Amino acid sequence: MLVLVLTHALAAVISPFLSRRRAFYLLALVPASAVVVPAVATHETYRWVPALDLTITFTMSPLRGLLLVVVGGVGAVVLAYCARYFPSYDSRFAAVFLGFGAAMTGLVLADDLLLTYVFWELTSVFSYLLIGHSAERSASRRAATQALVVTTAGGLAMLVGIVLLGHSAGTYRWSEIAANGPLPGTATVTAAGVLILAGALSKSALFPFSFWLPAAMAAPTPASAYLHAASMVKAGVFLIGLLGPAFAEVPGWRPVTVTAGVVTLLLGAWAAMRQTDLKLLLAYGTVSQLGLLTVALGAGTQAAALAGMVLLLSHALFKATLFLVVGIIDRTTGTRDLRELSGLGRAHPVLATVAVLAVASMAGVPPLAGFVGKEALFAALATDPPVLVAVVAGSALTVAYGLRFLWGAFATKQEVSGFQPVNASFIAPAALLAAAGLATGVLAPWLDHLLNPGAGYHLALWHGFGLPVLLSLVVWGAGIGVHAWQRAGRQWPARLLPTGESAYQRVMRAVDRTAVEVTGASQRGSMPFSLGLILVTLVVLGGVTLLLGAPRPAGLRLWDTPLQLVAGVVVAAAALLAARARHRMTAMILVGVCGYGVAVLFVLHGAPDLALTQFLVETVTIVMFVLVLRRLPVRFSARPLRTTRWLRAALGAAAGLVAAGMAWAATSGRTAVPISVDFPDLAVSYGGGHNIVNVALVDIRAWDTMGEISVLVVAATGVASLIFRRSSSLQRRSAEQNVPTAEAGPGWLRAADTPEAQRQSIVLQVVARLVFHTIVLFSVYLLFSGHNAPGGGFAGGLVAGLALVTRYLAGGRRELNAAAPVDAGFLLGGGLLLSVGTGAAALVAGGEVLQSALLDLYVPLLGHLHVATSVFFDVGVYLIVIGLVLEILRSLGAELDRVHEEATS
Amino acid sequence: MTPNLVSIVLIGVLFATGVSMLLERSLTRVLMGMILLGNGVNLLILLGGKAGTPPIVGDGPAEEMADPLPQIMILTAIVITLGMTAFLLALAYRSWAMSGHDEVQDDVEDRRIMELAERDEGSGADDTHDEHGPAGPASTTPHDSDISRDSSTPVVAR
Repeated sequence: MLVLVLTHALAAVISPFLSRRRAFYLLALVPASAVVVPAVATHETYRWVPALDLTITFTMSPLRGLLLVVVGGVGAVVLAYCARYFPSYDSRFAAVFLGFGAAMTGLVLADDLLLTYVFWELTSVFSYLLIGHSAERSASRRAATQALVVTTAGGLAMLVGIVLLGHSAGTYRWSEIAANGPLPGTATVTAAGVLILAGALSKSALFPFSFWLPAAMAAPTPASAYLHAASMVKAGVFLIGLLGPAFAEVPGWRPVTVTAGVVTLLLGAWAAMRQTDLKLLLAYGTVSQLGLLTVALGAGTQAAALAGMVLLLSHALFKATLFLVVGIIDRTTGTRDLRELSGLGRAHPVLATVAVLAVASMAGVPPLAGFVGKEALFAALATDPPVLVAVVAGSALTVAYGLRFLWGAFATKQEVSGFQPVNASFIAPAALLAAAGLATGVLAPWLDHLLNPGAGYHLALWHGFGLPVLLSLVVWGAGIGVHAWQRAGRQWPARLLPTGESAYQRVMRAVDRTAVEVTGASQRGSMPFSLGLILVTLVVLGGVTLLLGAPRPAGLRLWDTPLQLVAGVVVAAAALLAARARHRMTAMILVGVCGYGVAVLFVLHGAPDLALTQFLVETVTIVMFVLVLRRLPVRFSARPLRTTRWLRAALGAAAGLVAAGMAWAATSGRTAVPISVDFPDLAVSYGGGHNIVNVALVDIRAWDTMGEISVLVVAATGVASLIFRRSSSLQRRSAEQNVPTAEAGPGWLRAADTPEAQRQSIVLQVVARLVFHTIVLFSVYLLFSGHNAPGGGFAGGLVAGLALVTRYLAGGRRELNAAAPVDAGFLLGGGLLLSVGTGAAALVAGGEVLQSALLDLYVPLLGHLHVATSVFFDVGVYLIVIGLVLEILRSLGAELDRVHEEATS
Repeated sequence: MTPNLVSIVLIGVLFATGVSMLLERSLTRVLMGMILLGNGVNLLILLGGKAGTPPIVGDGPAEEMADPLPQIMILTAIVITLGMTAFLLALAYRSWAMSGHDEVQDDVEDRRIMELAERDEGSGADDTHDEHGPAGPASTTPHDSDISRDSSTPVVAR
């Protein structure tokens, strides 16, 4: 059975590569193969998600087998019909059609209710794609969206119901749930039943969800014949039939199904009487017939269920036939309007015969399948007179609109124009389905043998004179009477009840309006407003939480060491002055002072690694600011209005107060043993280093670092793409880098003879020359000593970056190229590759990703080395940080220099 | 743990100045506000762990060692701030080069939605009406009006 589903899916994948119309015949073999499956397969189970106890379980039963034959058989016939219907091979249609076939066969066979749900929603998605096949038409898109929203909304309700049911039963396998006999009428099961019914009603277009199905006629006619008559809309009815035996006694189940079924039966037939478009007439007829099927399968007796199965089969056969006939009429005459069609019956007697056969089955005329089913239903409902009366009335209307269809399509009403001939191979699929309806009726006893669960009632063409036959006569008589009344020129009355359509539209408009109002109120397009909103939330939520539930403050001391006060006063003063500064440079220097001050506080707290990194980062930040600010105006642009300034200061003060409160509360509230209490031992035994912070960065929390270096690579790329506006400038840059500056110049630097270098002070050049190599060496020392002492890849990379900064400041961009004749992207990419590679190597070696190993190496000259593999990870970090600084210098430094030179020369 | 007043006050000051600069329109000021705010957050995280001797095994008694975990988190934060500073500076320069200033402008698309909200209109994303005005029995041909008198006429494909 899994093979069948996969074959459909595979055919869907292959179908876009076919090209001829005849390929539809080939593809038709795939659904056709489903017809034999009920005879050969019984049960299959495959593991899927063991952790959730979720399996792919397929099973077989008479109802499943019947629907599988319908889905496969009608699918094959409709695909064969497509070969004549479409002017050329439509690969998109074929692929989606077969994809739907895969989902539908899966839905029919799935035993696990969650698996059923998955296939259920898949059929909705494929139906959406087929309804919206003409995506360029807004009406088509709208109909597709409507169908999707209605059926998936019902599907979600159903999922909740399934979870309730599966949870209370302890299993999601329907065969296991049903094995325990009828379900108890507990509140949980009742709620589950109603929710599952919501899904079934929406899927089968039952009242009050009927409106989506006529709109879905925007799909190409073969799709309407298959999905919206024979297969998908049967899914809801199928589910009612499948769950019905176990749910029949659960409160709510029978009233809901029977009421919805009766109302849909009558409303659909009533609306069909008013249609002038043949396809819409059939669509409303389908709605009505789905109501009839729901009455039969929801009634809860075995006899009614048996009748329901026969009706399901006969409906699929005659309704698909009629849709195919309408498609032929449409293609041949160019219209489907029954007021314009005339004389078609005389011109195409074969087509008319096929249609008459199908309508006769729909009207329940012997010896067709519809007659067998309707007789069985009348017999089964004999004990329930109100429902029986409604079904008889609905059937009479069915006869009436059936006659209206035949009269509208084939009768001679006015002068007749010439008709195109119809190819026999175009009619053949429809004729085949109509003949199947006849055969099913004749072979009723055989059908009884296949389907009958022991209902006490036996399917047969003739049961002798009795109530059912009498009712059939009433139905035919009333139907013919109603049709004659309408033919006499009467206007059919307006609809009886409003459908759910207006409610749907009101809900959709309300959602849209609410979205606009909420977005308009909260996203005003102004960044200060958006940020302000976030910060106000912080202040309000944080403040209220602090006032209500903050832990009792555990005392307070003024400072850990008096030096903290000194550093704190400097930082606070610098921050306050920075906020008031009007010159960009002043503000920048004050922010820098803050940063250095915080680094001092880090030292006092006992965090030398933090302090080292903060010092270096602050220095690089100042260099970056200077590089950019030398091009920007000296002062900030005009300050905003006084009132908003006060507002800003007030929000700042409130945020500060809340943050301080949070700091106090959080520190006072720390009572648990910190998670890092084991870090010292772990760092030494697993990481092979004594500096816990650095070992954690490259080992214990290496994933964090991996994310962080990725951010750095992205940031560096972003900087370059913002500054180099055209790819040509980037190409020119790499060309400049590759010019060899082999000859040492006359000055202290490699590029000392360039004009920009000559503008610089000679002292700076001498110093740069003397310290460059020392700084680089120091950076390497920091990199490798970081495992046991303050340092590491970050600090080392930043120091090496600062070495490049000194060369650039002393000698300009050519000097930078001479100092680092390599593309920054190479360093960034290489570093990332090294870090990721180290992590992956651990995986290859049989460990976990990023796990480090301790190696003892013998290196000539150096002797025995005891290293952890995480050192290579750290080397990657080191390269990336150098790459970032180099990219910053190339972009914010060298490129801005070049632009400035161009502008001034 | 007993917190110290200097750190708490300093966190408050850094948050206050950072937030007030963050709410400006000049991108360089926003960036500086971000840096100040970042310093405040780092101190806040640091305060969550015990102060003590540097967390290097063998440098001192284990029980006096500072909590390393907040330090590890802050180290990551510092370096990411560096990357973000570089990016925002490039953005500020680009903005200045393109428009002559580095002020953050209002978002045009958001303004459009605000105008819709003021006019009490939907975005049209609900897709319940035709392109040419609200749906209804607009067509006067007998063909269309007879199919359905509902507000949306099913449109049927061939």
